[in-house]
Amino acid sequence: MVMPVIALLGVFHYFPTLGNVIAFQDYSPYVGIRGSDFVGFANFSRLFSEPAFWKAVANTLSITAVQLVFFFPIPIALALLLNSMLSVRLRTLIQGVVYLPHFFSWVLVVSLFQQMIGGAGLLAQSLRANGYEAIDLMTKPDTFILLVTAQSIWKDAGWGMIVFLAALSTINPALYEAAAADGAHRWRRIWHITLPGLRPVIVLLLILRLGDALTVGFEQFILQRSAVGGNAAEVLDTYVYYQGLLVGDFGYGAAAGLFKGVVGLVLVLVANRFAHMVGEQGVYSRS
Amino acid sequence: MTTRAVWEEEPTRVARLSRPVVLALVALAVTFPLYVVVVTSLSTTESVTRAGGLVVVPRELTLAAYAQLLSGGVVTRALVISVLITAVGTAFSLGITVLAAYGLSRPGSLFHRPLLFVVLLTFLFGPGIIPSYLVVNALGLIDSYASLILPTAVSAFNLIVMRSFFMGIPSELIDSARIDGAGEFAILRRIVMPLSKAVVAVVGLFYAVGYWNAFFNALLYINDNNMWPLQMVLRTYIVQAQVLPTGAGGISAGTGLGMAPAPSLAIKMAIVVIAIIPVLLVYPFIQRHFTKGVIIGAVKG
Repeated sequence: MVMPVIALLGVFHYFPTLGNVIAFQDYSPYVGIRGSDFVGFANFSRLFSEPAFWKAVANTLSITAVQLVFFFPIPIALALLLNSMLSVRLRTLIQGVVYLPHFFSWVLVVSLFQQMIGGAGLLAQSLRANGYEAIDLMTKPDTFILLVTAQSIWKDAGWGMIVFLAALSTINPALYEAAAADGAHRWRRIWHITLPGLRPVIVLLLILRLGDALTVGFEQFILQRSAVGGNAAEVLDTYVYYQGLLVGDFGYGAAAGLFKGVVGLVLVLVANRFAHMVGEQGVYSRS
Repeated sequence: MTTRAVWEEEPTRVARLSRPVVLALVALAVTFPLYVVVVTSLSTTESVTRAGGLVVVPRELTLAAYAQLLSGGVVTRALVISVLITAVGTAFSLGITVLAAYGLSRPGSLFHRPLLFVVLLTFLFGPGIIPSYLVVNALGLIDSYASLILPTAVSAFNLIVMRSFFMGIPSELIDSARIDGAGEFAILRRIVMPLSKAVVAVVGLFYAVGYWNAFFNALLYINDNNMWPLQMVLRTYIVQAQVLPTGAGGISAGTGLGMAPAPSLAIKMAIVVIAIIPVLLVYPFIQRHFTKGVIIGAVKG
């Protein structure tokens, strides 16, 4: 019964993983893997001496950093806010609204942002109508990092909130009552009960995000790369795509992809190890 | 409406005033762009011109843009392709996921642990874009609809969600059916499935939304733009702002048949709305099952 799934994973997940050997080849699609010459680490040494590659790495890491600072706290704040609402009906309604964009495609999200703050969008349109100069936030490289963070927040902050709401519901209400009886006011209760109660979830999600530091969302960037230019919008995934598939330099692109995969795997394992050290459960439990 | 606990202090004035404002702003941030897009897609040429672009205050409304889009042509074809891919893909994914989840939910079955490991390991690393492309290419699936389904047919996450639900089904039920002579497939169909409608619905909707929104597969594997799903059309005409083709095989088959042409901005916004509608249709079902805690239980457990 498990076989169809195993077969598909084998063909479309494990087999291509093995196909990463072309990162060590001067791969030519005409002769295939068996016919191509092995060149050792030549692709990698070329990769590491390529400024465009390091630019993509730097862009990826700065986007991850900005998202950690600006995106990460928002679902927690939203969950606290919703949790403090007394009206269940209103709470369900707001939840329904903020989860919704998670189910939109990136094409749709970028389209909507473009219509709101792009060159022909609502913002530019009303600026022009009132005699100001129109601005196009969708093509400005300087603010691109904030733009993609805003898009991620719009799309997924509500979704991220679910986990925190679930964690909040597991905190024993008697703790709050006892704290209140001891004279702890609202903010002290949040600081001493709510946040410690959320700590395992926060640590887990931070780990997942750090382990994923090299992934910032392929679709979101490939959609906007041509409008903003490669200098700001090139991330590791788009670099692999452009160098490997569009330029047709398969072995080189695969080397960049493999670099990302291996470093990403190490990051996840290290972050998880770290979580065990600080006494949290982490992604997988120690056996 | 739950009431405030007696030991809890009354909210301060600032909190009482600011909370509704913040919540309203959050809700507005999500709904306002959708509202503008829908209104513009329904507007006539005059109101689009008068507004100087996007329409916020609706005046004369018309369905002309939708009529034009759905009368045949690029968008109609892409819509049909997307609907078919979503339907076939969801049925296929759901089928194999149910089978695998059931197989993996009974500890002690043959190779149970190594097979589970094979599934879980896919969480840790992806195969990479280029090797995946080469495999799809080697299988001759470039420019085939199968390339939009097979490579992403299995979601390990959905599989694990379903498996943890199946594991909660008491094994006495399954053992008694087995004693009565039922085979594995009969047990799955007559005992497990009727008990698992909620999780099957949620996982099915997750797959469906995934197929509907998929754009990456088509970008990689489909070169022939006659085979594009709707998301690719959306990307080309809205995000990249390429000009819509007119005439035969163009945006609509019915131009020049006495139908007033809809304004092009309204047409564009109508494409956006058409891409949103299916998500909005299934969304209440997804939400209802959330409240039953299917997903949250799996996330916690």
